[in-house]
Amino acid sequence: MSEAAKLENIRKLIAVHKRWDAVFGLVGLVALMIGVLTFVALFVDMLIDGAPRLSLDFFTSFPSRRPGEAGILSAWVGSVLVMLVTAMAAVPLGVAAGVYLEEYAPRNWMTDLIEINVTNLAGVPSIIYGLLALGLFVYQFGLGQSILTAGLTLALLILPIVIVATREAIRSIPGMIREGAYALGATKWQTTADHILPYATPGIMTGVIIGMARAIGETAPIITIGALTFIAFLPPAPVQPDPPFLSFEWLMSPFTVMPIQMFNWTSRPEAAFHHNAAAAGLVLVVMTLSMNALAIWLRYRMRKKIKW
Amino acid sequence: MSAHFVSDRLARRRLRHVKERVIELALFLAACVSVITTVGIVFILLTESFTFFTHVSLWQFLTDTQWTPLFADAHYGILPLLSGTLVSSGVALLVAIPLGTIIAIYLSEFAPFSLREVAKPFLELLGGIPTIVYGYFALLFVTPLLQALWPSLPGFNLLSAGLVMGIMIIPYVSSLSEDAMRAVPMSLREGSYAMGATRYQTAVRVVAPAATSGIAAAYILGVSRAVGETMIVAIAAGMQPNLTWNPTEPAATITAYIVQVALGDLPHGSLGYQTIFAAGLTLALITLFFNVLGHVMRKRFRQAY
Repeated sequence: MSEAAKLENIRKLIAVHKRWDAVFGLVGLVALMIGVLTFVALFVDMLIDGAPRLSLDFFTSFPSRRPGEAGILSAWVGSVLVMLVTAMAAVPLGVAAGVYLEEYAPRNWMTDLIEINVTNLAGVPSIIYGLLALGLFVYQFGLGQSILTAGLTLALLILPIVIVATREAIRSIPGMIREGAYALGATKWQTTADHILPYATPGIMTGVIIGMARAIGETAPIITIGALTFIAFLPPAPVQPDPPFLSFEWLMSPFTVMPIQMFNWTSRPEAAFHHNAAAAGLVLVVMTLSMNALAIWLRYRMRKKIKW
Repeated sequence: MSAHFVSDRLARRRLRHVKERVIELALFLAACVSVITTVGIVFILLTESFTFFTHVSLWQFLTDTQWTPLFADAHYGILPLLSGTLVSSGVALLVAIPLGTIIAIYLSEFAPFSLREVAKPFLELLGGIPTIVYGYFALLFVTPLLQALWPSLPGFNLLSAGLVMGIMIIPYVSSLSEDAMRAVPMSLREGSYAMGATRYQTAVRVVAPAATSGIAAAYILGVSRAVGETMIVAIAAGMQPNLTWNPTEPAATITAYIVQVALGDLPHGSLGYQTIFAAGLTLALITLFFNVLGHVMRKRFRQAY
């Protein structure tokens, strides 16, 4: 083989490999586009089916046997109240647990056990939490199929998310901040409460928002505890006109939430109900997406702004 | 007077010490909630399943080919639910693993910085969409679409549920795989480029093999998500238990069965009520197996360099 032919062969080989490079670049883009297009199809499909149903009446009407008159009043009020309970339980517990694991925990088997549990719980399917709530909250504790049960169940579900976010936020705070506080005679808790927690707040918020976005769309555990799907009344208002002004009766009230209402409408055979489901889904997607987008934006801003 | 001053300060200091201890204890108790949750899950699943298994033998549970606990002629074989779970998860993984891996390689080795900055949050958003919405999409968009291509496809089938589930799992697979590939030291890539390798050759023959255990952990997380996914299959795959390996048939998964029972009203303490805990125990054991496997894989991937 002549030198020229050898050179030609090598050139061909290089050309082939370069072509593979280009082909993969294209394949990768296509794979990414499949994800994007699915999302666009999902959103546009729901928009076409659901947008005509979106009006003020849809938000202020109870579910009904007549699809044209049905709305999501009880569903969104239920969702808001359940989220309130979830946040009240998951945020203090999750942040406290995260602070303990990062700042206080000694290196021993108990800490290892807690850490393994947090990792493991993040991988437990949500429906298992539903079974836990059914057995424990509904029957053992006698809380019934109430807002309190649902809120606590979802709080347990998002607890690992809050704990992990808190730990990561705390871990990114440099040691010199703690040393500075200790040097001025602060105790451990003073250091934590006055320095660590305020600096970790944006990171913790990101985790909390992502967790809440997950909780608001979670359906399986709420169905498992046996929440009713047809609720045409509102829970008692938390604020009363007469003293003592605050009432906690709503905690024990039966309820429905957005995803349950959507599931109920999706599983009906009539197409008119499917349009209601699409409209409810649209509200749900816009809610979760804007919460997630807020979290991503917070994280992005934090990364840009904070330079220790 | 000065003695009084000192003892006063000492008392304050002691009080401060007590307060510190109380706070530490409170934080410790909050951290213990996760342990209590695990104990609660194990306790509830085991006690309810135990009563179930005093009525139904384990052998019957594992070998009977019918699951009809709510019929007069009751059979308690988990196999039909298991087959539905495996088929729908299999379809989902056939979508999620190739696409997720390609996206991960592309984003980690090929994509320009600006595209990566946009694509990563977008994929995160895709993973944040409620599964009930994916279920709606599978039943009322994907199934009619597939039926247009393939008219004999029933309205409920494992195929469209699996396909949509696959799309849902892509972000889990791609983001963990990408993290694993980015953790591969730059020197390996530089060595490969210095030898004249192209980007594709470097990505596939150097970076991906070096990140194998991390990528495997991502796949395993995907499997455990698919097995535990509930709403998509409950809506789009139908709820009849059906021992089949054919994805074009309707079938129930373990999770769909739990939803179906929870939607009806079975009295607390009946055998039918206990079946969902036996089914839940099976599901928990499957996901626990995959989670532990994934954990072991990740441990290995951390030790690699």
